[in-house]
Amino acid sequence: MTTIADRKIANRRRRLPLYPALIFTIILTQIPFLVTLGISLFHWNIMYPDDTRFAWFENFQTVAADEAMRAAIKNSVVLTTGVVFFSTLLGLLLALLLDRKFRGRALLRVLVWKHIIFNPMYGIVNGFATQIYQKFGGDSVVVIDFISQRPLVAIAVPMIWQWTPFMMLIILAGLQSQPPDILEAAAVDGASSRQIFRSMTLPHLRQYIQLSIVLGTIYIIQSMDFVFTITQGGPGSDSTIIPYQIYLTLFRKYEFGEAAAAGVIVIILTIILSSFAFRLIRNLLETEK
Amino acid sequence: MSTLKVNKPRQKTSLASRFSLSTFAWFLGLLFFFPVFWTLLISFRQEVDAGTFPPKWIAPFTLENYEKVFKVGAKSFLLNSAIASIGSTIVILALAFPAAYALSIKPIKKSKDVLSFFLSTKFLPPIAALLPIYLILKELQLLDNIFALTVFYVAMNLPLAVWLLRSFLKEIPRELVEAAELDGASTIKILYRVLVPISMPGIAATSLICFIFTWNEFLLAINVTGFGAATAPVYLVGFVTAEGLFFAQLSAVSIVVSLPVIIAGWAAQDKLVSGLSLGAVK
Repeated sequence: MTTIADRKIANRRRRLPLYPALIFTIILTQIPFLVTLGISLFHWNIMYPDDTRFAWFENFQTVAADEAMRAAIKNSVVLTTGVVFFSTLLGLLLALLLDRKFRGRALLRVLVWKHIIFNPMYGIVNGFATQIYQKFGGDSVVVIDFISQRPLVAIAVPMIWQWTPFMMLIILAGLQSQPPDILEAAAVDGASSRQIFRSMTLPHLRQYIQLSIVLGTIYIIQSMDFVFTITQGGPGSDSTIIPYQIYLTLFRKYEFGEAAAAGVIVIILTIILSSFAFRLIRNLLETEK
Repeated sequence: MSTLKVNKPRQKTSLASRFSLSTFAWFLGLLFFFPVFWTLLISFRQEVDAGTFPPKWIAPFTLENYEKVFKVGAKSFLLNSAIASIGSTIVILALAFPAAYALSIKPIKKSKDVLSFFLSTKFLPPIAALLPIYLILKELQLLDNIFALTVFYVAMNLPLAVWLLRSFLKEIPRELVEAAELDGASTIKILYRVLVPISMPGIAATSLICFIFTWNEFLLAINVTGFGAATAPVYLVGFVTAEGLFFAQLSAVSIVVSLPVIIAGWAAQDKLVSGLSLGAVK
């Protein structure tokens, strides 16, 4: 006979293993964001400590009026959209190509995706990109100096290179989760391969493509690594992006309040984006059951 | 006989179009692989041959770049990266495995909400947390301390680990746990005597993915470490900006820094998609 009290104790015992991880995560991820929220309401420049005061939403106004921050927001949108669009398209193409049977497919698949884990930003791509760009710019052999004339393109190209395999992997996983017997049945019924692709494969892939777009957007909008090493946001603020601008506000201007306000704006933007991601991930998990 | 043919619906397409599609796939694939190949090639060259224009395909082979990598002190940076990656991965496993257990085999009430909470922390932009982290570490005089960095790496990847481990533990029949409970085993015993041994593959995959993500982390590393606790990616960036013109040397450093991740990635290849998609795709 189990009484209610017994069951309560049992429930508590079952919850116990969760607590260390949960408490640790709450402390280390939620407190920094609360602090950011708090700081965003203060005027605080570390170079002028005497001028620290509560400023309501002054920082948000400053950020909204800041030319460089506006440029950063525009660049972030352009860059993220461009990189997500092209890498998803290329990823889809590669996934479809690699899902077919041909000689050396396994080897090719390895060659393509292996580089996404290749310390992607700093290592190979960066060295390579810098090398290419300097070659094309410095020695006046080729007319366009990419870094100063097309800085966003100069950043976008290696980013697309880096993110395409990510998109490919997710879409490929989607392709391979298609039940083969249904495709066979369609083929037996006389559907052409184009028909099968249009009315069966694409609808099935839809949620995987959505997932790769949403996750890609969340990751890409946050990454400032290529900007950091290839253009440093320049020339002027032509290629600066939101995270890099926050970084500059923090460690070059020492305007802690403004940086925090910009951080809060980024958090709000990401919450909107991730609510999409959330629904997608839950949907996928439900369908797997 | 007929079933054999039905199994291959794609044979309908003509041989020529299949051949051209395969060629196209190879072309695209090699295009993506080329930068990696080129870096590898350059890393075995002398500086004079590395930076020429137009680039040379064939040049004398040398290992001196790799010798230099270790002479100029990459060792301490690699060691820092190793401490942060391996250290945080061990702590993550110790925290995430029990949590994943509570959320999977006999899930507690509201386990879905807890899982959603873990996932949501992965979506918060690290740049917005940078200032508080910096201030806290400065206050505690823990800037440029590799162990402080490790603690934050635990927080970064713990949610992911909980999700991944949970997806492995879910497959284990609950009767196994119930039988152990009937025998009077404590939760700790169930975890470490019963569940850990049978979920070793899942634990291995999770730790490799955490290792890869930590090894590559850059934003936090460059802002809260100085010379003492700098990790390998930070060291690499220093190389790009200060000595960007030494391509051969830079290439060799890139290869050395990437090597642990490549090996880990090789071992975890089946589970990498799962990790990258936050557990949504298996």
